[in-house]
Order: sequence, then C-alpha cells, then structure tokens
Amino acid sequence: MYKVRLWSVRRARALEIFYNAFEKIVVALHPVWKFVGYERIEKPFAVTEKVVKGFLFDCQMCGQCALSSTGMSCPMNCPKSLRNGPCGGVRSNGNCEIKPDMACVWVKAWEGNALMSENKVHVVQFPVNHQWRGRSSWLAVARDKNQPADKS
Amino acid sequence: MEKRNVHLSPAELLPILPGHSSPGRFERVLRAGKFAVSTELAPPDSADPAQVYERASVFDGYVDAINATDGSGAHCHMSSVAVCGLLTRAGYSPIMQISCRDKNRIAIQGDILGASAMGVANILCLSGDGVESGDHPQAKSVFDLDCMSLLQISKNMRDNSTFESGRKLDKAPAVFLGAAANPFAPPYEFRADRLAKKVAAGAQFVQTQYCYDIDMLKNYMHQVRELGLDKKIYILVGVGPLASAKTAEWIRKNVPGVHIPDAVVKRLAGAENQRAEVIQLCIDMIQQVSEIEGVHGCHIMAYRQEHTVPEIVERSGILSLRNRRQAPTR
Repeated sequence: MYKVRLWSVRRARALEIFYNAFEKIVVALHPVWKFVGYERIEKPFAVTEKVVKGFLFDCQMCGQCALSSTGMSCPMNCPKSLRNGPCGGVRSNGNCEIKPDMACVWVKAWEGNALMSENKVHVVQFPVNHQWRGRSSWLAVARDKNQPADKS
Repeated sequence: MEKRNVHLSPAELLPILPGHSSPGRFERVLRAGKFAVSTELAPPDSADPAQVYERASVFDGYVDAINATDGSGAHCHMSSVAVCGLLTRAGYSPIMQISCRDKNRIAIQGDILGASAMGVANILCLSGDGVESGDHPQAKSVFDLDCMSLLQISKNMRDNSTFESGRKLDKAPAVFLGAAANPFAPPYEFRADRLAKKVAAGAQFVQTQYCYDIDMLKNYMHQVRELGLDKKIYILVGVGPLASAKTAEWIRKNVPGVHIPDAVVKRLAGAENQRAEVIQLCIDMIQQVSEIEGVHGCHIMAYRQEHTVPEIVERSGILSLRNRRQAPTR
C-alpha cells in the first residue's frame, strides 16, 4: 500500500534496527535451515516475506533485497526498476515522471537513507538476477553469509 | 573462391595513447584539456543512409563528437548502432547512446561489441525515457539494467575483457564511457552524490540535461568540486536553443526533467526578434558555462534546429578561444 510504503521510509531507522536483529537470528539459525533443507522451507519463507514486505514496502519479490541500501524505499516500485538512484525525469515536486501522482521512489530513498546509520545508498548495486525472482531474500542472506564457513 | 573486398575496420581509428581508453578524437580533445563541443543527431525515420550523412554534415568543422540518440523520448527511429556505424565510415566521431529501456543485457553487450568493431569509440549509458512518453506506449519496457549497471558492465567488458556472465571476450571494446546527469531535477542535494556513483561505476564523461539556470548549475558544480569529481570525470553541460517563448512554456509544462526559469521565458517573450534571441540566449549560456571551474565542454542539443549549431559555436567564440589557448606562447 502506497501510504504504508511512505510510512516505512519515515521509519527507516527503526526498521533498520529491527531488520539487523532479525537478520542475525536468521543467519544464526543456518544449521536448522540446513537440517530441514533450504529448498523445503523456501516456499513458506517466500510467502511470509511476500506478505510482510508486500504490506510494508510494496515489495515486488525480486529475491535480492536492497532495502537496507535504498533508505527502505523499494527500488522495484520505480517504473524503470532503477536500482541505483533517480533518473533525470523527476518532476519539480519530487514526483515520478511516469506516474505523476507517485513520489519518486529514489527521492524517498535518499530521505530514508539520511535517517539510517550506514550510508549505503552510495554503493553501486549489481543488475538484478532474474533467476532469483519470487524467492526469499532472507534465506538467500542466511545461505550467503554462511557459505564461507561451509566451504572451509 | 573470389576474395572479398572488405576493409577490416570501416573507420579511421587513432592509435590509443597511454592512459587513454579509446581510439577516438573526443577523448583526446578532453584529455588535452580543451573545451569540448558535442552535439546531437536526430536519427531519421527512414532506411536511407543519405539522410544520416545529410544531418551529420550540418555540424562539419564545428563539433568534436556527435551523439546518436537511441529511441529518445521513447520514439522509434533508426537505431543508434546503425547511425554510428554509418558515421564512422565517413570519418565522424559518434557517441553511441544506449538506453536500457528497449534491450536486455544480452542485446546490449552484443551491440557494444558490434559498435566497437565498426569503429565507435564513445558510448553513453542511459536508463532511458519511459515508453509512456513515446509514440509506442503499448510497448513492453525492458529495463533489465539501469544506467549504473550498464556502465559497470561496459567497463568490465573493456577492462577485464569479459561479459557480465564471466565468459571471456577475444578482443575487448576500446570505448570511452559516458553517462548523463540532471542537476536540475530533485533530489537536488543528492545529484552530485549520484554523479560520484556514476564515476564509481565507470563513467569517464558526463553530459548534462539542458541548462537554463546558471545559478543552479553553479551550485551543483560547487558540490561536484567539493567531492573532487571535476578531477575524475569530464563534464559537458547541456545547452540548446529553444524555438520560441511558446516552446519554452510548453517544454517546462510537459517535459519532466527540463527546468526553465521564469526569467528565461520572459526574456524570450519580451524580445523583438525571438529567433535571434533564442540563439543569443544559447550563446550567453555557453559563455557563462565555460567560465565555471570544472566544466570541460558543452553539449549542444538543437532538436529540429540543428542548422543553428554552427552559428552558435562560431559566435560563442569557444573554438577560436580554444585554438588561441593552444597556440605556442613563444
């Protein structure tokens, strides 16, 4: 929902603190996920993520969440799916060139980023891997962060 | 079998100097510290190559590089890769615009290789206008990449000789990489940061949106210098003649991203001879822009008024000034 999405950006700092704690838990539970099987829990995780983040951020389930680097404003809501900042078409009132009634996702992202502790909006984001669409990015983080340990 | 008469490279290429990325003239002019002039060619709605040459010849002797737009304003025209391929054959120095709107990463990387093979030395990486603003609003927009990831991928192809997939190239494309910037659209206070991000992604030159507000540009350039970006990237400021006060009024109401202050509209509306005034305004803008520290050139966009470019360049004095600067002092 658009209004909730804007609310979330205004609370970017609180959401950041919450997410960082949440991520620690999900990452720490790696042995459990591994025991049950990552593929087996993929679906329930993805559904939960879609419901929660769909409500808070209008999440589009790209599967490689960038919210921590985009001021808690989901870049996939940009009609051009820009992952690295605003295009040159932003209207003088800060609204989107294509959807004149919507605030530019990236104008909001920069506002949200200013509230957050890390200045990650400056990190260049890689292009979206479309193979991950619809998958849980929480599980992907748990798997990625544990991989070096797994390999050793 | 009969041997075919094919020139291996259809373009005249310069040797790549140490520290340079491309065999093109445009990079040489900028690296030599000269005030560079680029302009824009509107690709024809036609399959006739003669129209491309006709449109390019208007600029002969007045510009260092010619941008070939890629479906600008989301309107369909001859492709930028084809226009550039034609231009290099005739010895022009084109800047190939690539928009992320119409092609995915497979098509774009193929175009970069193909363009480089045809002697294209400069590439401008753009996100692109939305299909909604063009003549085919029913089209599917792609946006597989954005301008930033396009820069990254192009740089990786050039410097590491690999596709995004990691697969190796036999020969890397020697291209000078550019991007666009709009200092005149919100979020104003972050536009310089966004330029920094483009530099980090691989941009070596940047062409800005139309500048009609010199104070806003000065403010932006101040931030750019604070971040030390003017030392890391060549900045060409976008300028262009407005057709009339009425056009100016229309553009600022209907074209998102172009900012025209009231004073400019008033100046045009109050002029006795509007045709002369639009050109004078553009010349004034170039002269003011060229005095700002950190500005390395101007990009003249004269859509449907291309014939005015030689006069604008001539009367602005930038080329003669540049040649005088070059002259030995002894």
